Amino acid sequence: MRLVKQAIERDGSGTMTLCPEEPEDMWFAYNLIRPTDTVRASAIRRVTTESSTGSTSSTRIHTTLTIRVTGLDFDPQSSQLHVSGRIAEETKYTKVGQYHTLDLELHRNFTLEKAEGWDSVAKGLVKEACDPVKSSEAWAIVMEEGMANLCVLTGSRTVLRQRIEGRVPRKRGGTAQGDHDKGLRKFYETILETLLRQIDLTESKPILLASPGYTASNFLKYVLETAINTGNKPLLAQKANFVVVHSSSGHLYALNEVLGQPAVLAKLKDTKFTKETKLMDDFMTLLRKDDGRAWYGPNEVEKAAEQGALGRGGGVLLISDALFRAQDVTVRRRWVKLVDKVRDVEGGEVRVLSSEHESGKKLAGLGGIAAILTFPLQDLDDDEEENDEETIEPNVNRNESGIGS
Amino acid sequence: MSRHKLIKQLDLEEELDDYDGGALYDNDENQGISPEDQGTFIIAIVNGEYRLRQGTIRVRDVLGPGFEISDARIQESLWYYYYDVEKSVNYLLSEQTSSNTKPKQKGADLKLSAVDGKSDLNCRCHRRWVENDYDLDFGAFNDPDVPIIHSVTGSSYFKPDVMSTFFNDAPWCNIPPGRQGEILIEPLYPPGRLMGGSSFQGDAKVSKLAAIAAARRMKEDARSRSGTVTSSVALLDKLGNKMSLETPNELEMAPKAATVKPLNPVQADTSKTSRKYPVRERGVLNSNTPEDAIPPVESIISERKRDPETFSIPIALPSAFARTILGPSFERAPTSGQDGPPCDLVGSPYHFFFDVADAKMDAFAEPSPDDVVLKAQTSKGTKTTKSGTGDEIRAVTSALGDVAISEAPKYKSKNLDVLAEFKKTQIKPTANFVVIGHVDAGKSTLMGRLLYDLKVVNKRTLDKYRKEAESIGKSSFALAWVLDQGTDERKQGVTIDIGMNNFETDKTAFTILDAPGHRDFIPNMIAGASQADFAVLVIDASTGSFESGLKGQTKEHALLVRSIGVQRIIIAINKLDTLSWSRDRFDEIQQQVSAFLTAAGFQPKNLAFIPCSGLTGENIVDVSTNVKASWYTGPPLISLLESSEPFARALEKPLRLTIDDIFRGGVQNPLSISGRIDAGSVQIGDIVITVPSNETAITKAIEVNSEPSDWAVAGQNVILHLANIDPNYLKTGDVICSLAAPIKPLSIFTMKVLAFEHILPMAVEVHRGRLHAPGRISKLAAVLDKASGKPKEGGKKVRIVKPGSVARVVVEVDEPVPLELGGKVVLRAGGQTVGAGLLE
Repeated sequence: MRLVKQAIERDGSGTMTLCPEEPEDMWFAYNLIRPTDTVRASAIRRVTTESSTGSTSSTRIHTTLTIRVTGLDFDPQSSQLHVSGRIAEETKYTKVGQYHTLDLELHRNFTLEKAEGWDSVAKGLVKEACDPVKSSEAWAIVMEEGMANLCVLTGSRTVLRQRIEGRVPRKRGGTAQGDHDKGLRKFYETILETLLRQIDLTESKPILLASPGYTASNFLKYVLETAINTGNKPLLAQKANFVVVHSSSGHLYALNEVLGQPAVLAKLKDTKFTKETKLMDDFMTLLRKDDGRAWYGPNEVEKAAEQGALGRGGGVLLISDALFRAQDVTVRRRWVKLVDKVRDVEGGEVRVLSSEHESGKKLAGLGGIAAILTFPLQDLDDDEEENDEETIEPNVNRNESGIGS
Repeated sequence: MSRHKLIKQLDLEEELDDYDGGALYDNDENQGISPEDQGTFIIAIVNGEYRLRQGTIRVRDVLGPGFEISDARIQESLWYYYYDVEKSVNYLLSEQTSSNTKPKQKGADLKLSAVDGKSDLNCRCHRRWVENDYDLDFGAFNDPDVPIIHSVTGSSYFKPDVMSTFFNDAPWCNIPPGRQGEILIEPLYPPGRLMGGSSFQGDAKVSKLAAIAAARRMKEDARSRSGTVTSSVALLDKLGNKMSLETPNELEMAPKAATVKPLNPVQADTSKTSRKYPVRERGVLNSNTPEDAIPPVESIISERKRDPETFSIPIALPSAFARTILGPSFERAPTSGQDGPPCDLVGSPYHFFFDVADAKMDAFAEPSPDDVVLKAQTSKGTKTTKSGTGDEIRAVTSALGDVAISEAPKYKSKNLDVLAEFKKTQIKPTANFVVIGHVDAGKSTLMGRLLYDLKVVNKRTLDKYRKEAESIGKSSFALAWVLDQGTDERKQGVTIDIGMNNFETDKTAFTILDAPGHRDFIPNMIAGASQADFAVLVIDASTGSFESGLKGQTKEHALLVRSIGVQRIIIAINKLDTLSWSRDRFDEIQQQVSAFLTAAGFQPKNLAFIPCSGLTGENIVDVSTNVKASWYTGPPLISLLESSEPFARALEKPLRLTIDDIFRGGVQNPLSISGRIDAGSVQIGDIVITVPSNETAITKAIEVNSEPSDWAVAGQNVILHLANIDPNYLKTGDVICSLAAPIKPLSIFTMKVLAFEHILPMAVEVHRGRLHAPGRISKLAAVLDKASGKPKEGGKKVRIVKPGSVARVVVEVDEPVPLELGGKVVLRAGGQTVGAGLLE
């Protein structure tokens, strides 16, 4: 993302003009743009004109429209963002109040004006998005016999590109053993075909192969063998990019443990998600100790912040970006307030975890918010029963349904 | 091409050699045979070699040292006589005597002298008859559908001398003389006609089509005979008189079956000449050829012996078109209304095959497509005999019409009451046990040793493994290779997937499920444990290994099998040979392990400890003879295995089978699945439904312990061959259900879980047997009191469930999974088992 122009007043009102440069930026835009904001961007609109004789003709017009956002739709597979809303400024072709859906495009500026003003989280997001040190992308295949998940790791997301299932007969002894080996080979073949379809061999990105047992290393062996046999030089050149790591299963969530491994860290320059993963692990360890220093859930964390337990010297607030995407402005403001308080008043650390990342998903399971306290606090969850129903439920987004009560 | 040419090119010896293998092959495909028969037959084949050897020795004993004969000869005769030593000796003796009179015979072969020509002629009739029949059978050999009965009885059939003693054991005395004549002749019919839902009159299940065919054939039979023969019985009486001039009538032989006496030389002649049939004259195939100057009586006999249809085949061969359309089965011998097995054969050594035939007939109570073709062929045969010039096109058209009609139900259910069948059959109690323990505890080696010592694995195989293992520098893994058959498993020296093997003791039939010990493969271990009735926990006694195991998979496995529902556990303390059978070490381990297992919920009476060594084989099958190990006075491992009590099976419930493996069962079974029936029963022809794909399939065939069966019940590890389903609808871990009561897949469920690790709302894998689905614990509903099962008071929200406590949690899975209330489920996360429990 490139920040083209910034005009923000002291009170937080104002506009920013941004230029998305890569698909990942669409994800940032998705997190940045909220309903009731005003977005101005280039658009294609079909305009119907009626002539004096009553005949109609419709034409497609390239124009720039300003809309007040009512809804956002993000497609994670193709990284496309559709912003829908009502037109806020009259143009030659449109009237105020007509509906339009903007498809934000790469390398086309859009101007965003926040109805509620630019808060710290939004500013932080822009800053992060415009960070010139780009997080590196990596491919990962988490597999086990008969199942593989091919995904792309980016700085803030894990995108599952393809799930591959192959039928590998079990070992049955004797001559039937051949079936197992044959099935396995066929399975490897399918994975390799899928991989070659998905990746660009001219780029040099790490390819993580993770599996329990020997599946990943055998697959790598198969890949190199095939590359040599078919004389596939570009593939052979990727040899150094392959990293074989251990995972406990072939399911996608096992990627979480993969990312913490030194072999992977060495390959991935980006440290954001590894730091997040480590923080989540620390949190889990403390929770297991049950010494009152680790708490999760909205009310508990808010209480802990009130009591000043999220201050300097180890206080960490872990919050999922999904909470800031809340439809309700008051809810969003509540979390922004909490973040501001922890960061600016208490001096604690705040980590906004991506809900599309494995560690973020783990956090989402805990209600989207968790905290490591500087000192132990007990009974934060006391007399929550009656409060729970009324205060938490409205805040709950899809990720934490079922936790609140 | 003329069938005659086929015969000319036929290498008879080769064909005969093939019977053995052919029988085996057919047997595999033969699903209609009842399990007992099947069992006997398989055992017979397996033991064949052994019995052959024993037989040879005994025959040699009887014949005495002066008797010059090759082993091969003896074995051949033993084979034909189904290991009957007495008969073989008789035969060999007669053979020997006749070879002395051989030169004379040769001269007489073509120039029929008035005196001894009769018997010779008789032989030639036999021979030609045999040739004819062989012609018919030859087509059948190429037909994979033709069951064993064909080949086996066929082989005995070619030897008229075999026929002479065929009924030696039969209780003729009870049979009216009229029927005796019939019976004597009957076995000479092509045995193929016993098969494929033939119109054997004794069978109550004759279909309408078959009945019509039979009636028509009978009519035809009578017509063709009426000209020359007034009464077959009268004729046979005549024949009997004639024959008795030269040879003792075979009829008369029969009653004396109990006391087998050496055949007299003349009869030996008969057998001798017929033994030579491979060098027969090929020109005289057709008995209608004019140069065959057969006296009228003889021709009648031969005609009587032949079925009219059989007769007609060489005259009117199916057209090339018919053969192309209808395949080789079209050329098979037609069915006859009279060719059922003589019921008195039960006493003979051949009765077994007829039993098989009976079972087979049951299996195909409906006329098979083959049968319809045969019927059509019969009617065609009728036409040709009538008109002389075969009206082939019409015949083929009608045959095609019939084929179209018969296409409807492919895999017919017998509608057995499986539970009644199960109660009726006195099968040995079966037990499946899973072998668990830490990695490198010696699980596979221990089981390899057990199988080797029980002679399930022969020495040659093991020597081969030993050599191969040595060549890659893992000589101590040779025994483990018995179960570790995978390429990777051998290369790495680690069991990866469940190794299955069956063995039987006098009391019980066991299935071994050898689980992998490595933590990466615990999903496979769970799959194995869910198929087991009890467990054998193998513990490496050597210093350090036991301690690390107790922290590792020894503990995890024991907890897992307990939560999956295993009650009884045998603890084999292995590798004690490396500690010179230290009793202190054994006691120490026993104390620690039993304390742990009791805490895990095993009852002390269900634990049994045994010191042993898998590598050296002590205390496995036999009690150790080692002096150092003499302090152990208990029984060896095998006795402990046998002492397991029979397990209650959920027979009455609707069918549930978790798919363990999907594979190609063979050429005829492109889609097979294996697994253990958790509940209910299944039989051939049942329509089952797969969950969660909700597709139906037909059970084409069932294998229990690698033997075909008509049905299977809960507790058995079975292979189902399925039809009418696309393989893509099946996945390991799916459940096969009865059509009436399928499982409803769940995507969210509440379960009561015993925590092994801390449980938070988190991502977990849900394991049940082979099924493992990603999901997450979305809510910790309550921590339960262990004793009462009620939620603990306090009213606090549950934040975390500590290890060892019981909680009620809500689990969501990404895709619906086939789980039922009361189902035992294991939850794992990050390579650790976090908990196990029941669906509520």
